[in-house]
Amino acid sequence: MRYLSEYRDPQMARALVDRILDSATRRWTLMEVCGGQTHTIVKQGINEVLSDAVEMIHGPGCPVCVTPLEQIDRALHLASRPDVIFTSFGDMLRVPGSECDLLQVKARGGSVRIVYSPLDAVEIARANPDREVVFFAVGFETTAPANAMAVWRARELGLRNFSVLVSHVTVPPAMVAILEDPACRVQGFLAAGHVCTVMGWEEYEPLSERYAVPIVVTGFEPLDILEGIWMTVKQLEEGRHEVENQYVRSVRRGGNRRAQELVAEVFRTVDRGWRGIGSIPHSGLGLSEAFAEFDAERRFDLDSIRAEEPEICRAGDVLRGQIKPFDCPAFGSACTPERPLGAPMVSAEGACAAYYNFGRLHMGQGVGS
Amino acid sequence: MCLGIPGKITEMRDDLGLAVGTVDFGGVRREVCLAYVADEVGVGDYVVVHVGFAISKVDEEEARRTFQVLREMSELDELEWLADVADAAEGVP
Repeated sequence: MRYLSEYRDPQMARALVDRILDSATRRWTLMEVCGGQTHTIVKQGINEVLSDAVEMIHGPGCPVCVTPLEQIDRALHLASRPDVIFTSFGDMLRVPGSECDLLQVKARGGSVRIVYSPLDAVEIARANPDREVVFFAVGFETTAPANAMAVWRARELGLRNFSVLVSHVTVPPAMVAILEDPACRVQGFLAAGHVCTVMGWEEYEPLSERYAVPIVVTGFEPLDILEGIWMTVKQLEEGRHEVENQYVRSVRRGGNRRAQELVAEVFRTVDRGWRGIGSIPHSGLGLSEAFAEFDAERRFDLDSIRAEEPEICRAGDVLRGQIKPFDCPAFGSACTPERPLGAPMVSAEGACAAYYNFGRLHMGQGVGS
Repeated sequence: MCLGIPGKITEMRDDLGLAVGTVDFGGVRREVCLAYVADEVGVGDYVVVHVGFAISKVDEEEARRTFQVLREMSELDELEWLADVADAAEGVP
């Protein structure tokens, strides 16, 4: 496929690997923010072939993984109601709530439907005027324009039976939380290419400046990631800290202004809880007052649903890059993709599932090694 | 989750005021919302699609230019490798 398969060329990958290994005079610690990048890095063994030059810490950029247990329990509650058709991206169905997951609710007769696009959920609402249709609006900035359009469209179409359970998060506040942590070891970031396709990279410039870290906006194919790592290592070796763009075929400095405008109209900035990490100020999106009637948390009484996260699961430490998945006592034993304790083991983009599925079980790549 | 796949627009139309179109992903065709790129794309252009929404137009000129840099880099490596092999064969240290 054009603009996809050519970025998987093994010979060009080898040339980039050699350049990274040649240019690093010491071992640098980098974080890839996005779970899609984690998936590629672990699947292709990029962290292993580059282990002399860089340690890759896997960041919290997997929306499935960071959606708080409380929101999952609220989704389960809504999906169990006989008057509700609950719609969601497929990734959320196996995320464990306090007692079960959405797939189990569906097996017990709950009306749970997987949608490809949020607009599909709007169509379901249009086709079922006698049922309440709730869409689980999760995601980072990449997904916010799609979810915003669904809400905007529902209002345009005058739908009164459509609402969204929102658990939207944004990347820059999470990066600040990571950088402010006294235990932070990250020296450079690969920023998420599709988040920046929507938002641009202007908001990363003050971060790079204030914390003196290189930030390279990076794509998702193996060559993109290798080039992003190479650009970051070059900055570190030359003592620079700037925002650079590797993913030029998709990302412009200002991002997609039209998408930003609708997101700003439909959503507002709110404090959000991140699973395993806790609340981060101004790190999420909730519906703006103008669209509050579409908020499932207002339409249905969900305030009484509260949840505590299981203690054995160390997903929070994994998501903050403090430990590697195999350092968790539950990894591969009490917690597997078939019976996950925490969300990073559920999503294909979660660090735990990536390590489990691609057999990265040995300890040589551990933190600080 | 933030997966974005490049595809080629094969058709554009209006669905009750919303710009939509058909996008071809290496033979698989899907309906895609084009509202966020409508003023800069046409049939034949490539777009990056995420959950049924085009979020950017692929900048084909930039893609070609940067890809060329990568290709030249790997060709250079191959030339160096060939030179090393030739030197070794001739007994040159």
